[in-house]
Amino acid sequence: MGSVLTVKNINVYYGAIHALKGISLDVNRGEIVTLIGANGAGKSTTLHTISGLLRSKTGDIEFLESSIAHVPAHKIVAMGISHVPEGRRIFQGLTVEENLQMGAFVTKKDRIAHNLEYVYEQFPRLKERTSQIAGTLSGGEQQMLAMGRALMSDPELLMLDEPSMGLAPILVDQIFDIIVNLNKAGTTILLVEQNAQMALSVADRAYVIETGRITLSGTGEELSKSEEVKKAYLGG
Amino acid sequence: MNFLSSLISGLSLGSVYAIIALGYTMVYGISKMLNFAHGDVIMIGAYVSFIMSMHLGMNGWLALLVAMFVCTCLGVLIERLAYRPLRGTGSLAVLITAIGVSYFLQNMALLIWGANPRIFTSLFNGMAPIHAAGGQLNISAESIFTIAANIIIMIVLTLFVNKTKAGKAMRAVSEDNGAAQLMGINVNQSISLTFAIGSGLAAVAGVLMCSAYPVLIPTTGAMPGIKAFTAAVFGGIGSIPGAMIGGLILGIIEIFSRAYISTELADAIVFGCLIVVLLVRPTGLLGKKVHEKV
Repeated sequence: MGSVLTVKNINVYYGAIHALKGISLDVNRGEIVTLIGANGAGKSTTLHTISGLLRSKTGDIEFLESSIAHVPAHKIVAMGISHVPEGRRIFQGLTVEENLQMGAFVTKKDRIAHNLEYVYEQFPRLKERTSQIAGTLSGGEQQMLAMGRALMSDPELLMLDEPSMGLAPILVDQIFDIIVNLNKAGTTILLVEQNAQMALSVADRAYVIETGRITLSGTGEELSKSEEVKKAYLGG
Repeated sequence: MNFLSSLISGLSLGSVYAIIALGYTMVYGISKMLNFAHGDVIMIGAYVSFIMSMHLGMNGWLALLVAMFVCTCLGVLIERLAYRPLRGTGSLAVLITAIGVSYFLQNMALLIWGANPRIFTSLFNGMAPIHAAGGQLNISAESIFTIAANIIIMIVLTLFVNKTKAGKAMRAVSEDNGAAQLMGINVNQSISLTFAIGSGLAAVAGVLMCSAYPVLIPTTGAMPGIKAFTAAVFGGIGSIPGAMIGGLILGIIEIFSRAYISTELADAIVFGCLIVVLLVRPTGLLGKKVHEKV
């Protein structure tokens, strides 16, 4: 159970706003780790910094024992981190299949067909809609497409940002089932969620983030029993 | 017959506008900026081709290839040196820089080639016009080649954008730059490629335009540049078929206004039509409204 991702003391600014104040966390191979916290706490910013869209002024980010803090975003994907951003951000004007092809942009040619098959296996709905324009999919289907697209690059680590956002409860269950399945199939997962209850129920470990700082961490079970977490995030 | 020959001139002029408009629309699509120096790249292309064929005695078609190469490099260089450092600083800074690049290119041409007009020799010099309808309708070789070039460019470009990996990546970057990076797409490379294609096509447009309208001065590219930009907006900026349709319609309106209404008013009519279209359809004829699903 080696460490896949180690984030050490990152500080990220949006202009004058100090968004992340010394965040450190780590993710081990095979785990589901979740990052919970209120709106604006810095969850998405953390993921954006890991995937290289934002830069930290301090500290380091190590992925599979090499530093990625200064690697450009488009190269980080090829190293094995796939990021499903908040709001899904699928390519609305492209077809389902073209979206998946974009997900395989850095994938070796001989792996693409295999990965496509795997994605269609996980998300049979997408297979029925290969040539449909992605912008016309329902919210749940768009989330599946965003996840499928991320899986096309065979990631070692899959980062999911609010996969349950805007989905009906039944779809949320479905998406979380898929997350657990992907994890069982060997993908390490870093999950950002506002739906803390759902997230803690599937997570091996969890971090609570408040105004740019990690305030609590522990196993999913520990945190779901913690009074502080209950009060702040679980509505009790 | 007058009508038909005007229509053909209109299509021919419109094809030039369409080819130029492609450069505007593709660059706008991918980097959300208006490259106002694009018109002047056309002028540079025409000068390079002129110098190659007239002063160095190169074959006209070979000179065109050299001009395309020079313009491609120029476009990539302009993006790299002038626009890329400003990416993410807001559109006003980039817009003003583009206008600055435009004046820079015009003045550079003035310095190198002087203000005296050069008379461009048509690429199709010596090719006989086609006589149709019992000799009443003459179609020049320039018209035929320009219209044909436009059709071929449109087909090739549409295939490129829809079928190739690099083309699809360009569409992905156009839609969502950040998400494209998360796919592993090198956004800088994609934008450079777009500038390269647009500028290479600008050279083609320059040579075709000067073959039909042979007076070449450092500001030759300015007016067609503005008109082609209008065509791109008319058709829906960001849309490749929109650039084609916008260009053709604009060319036809311009020639018909000249032929049937007034030469002086032709430009006013062209821009008047743009205003009407934008009032009715603010996104242009084929422009997409961006709507997001949450």
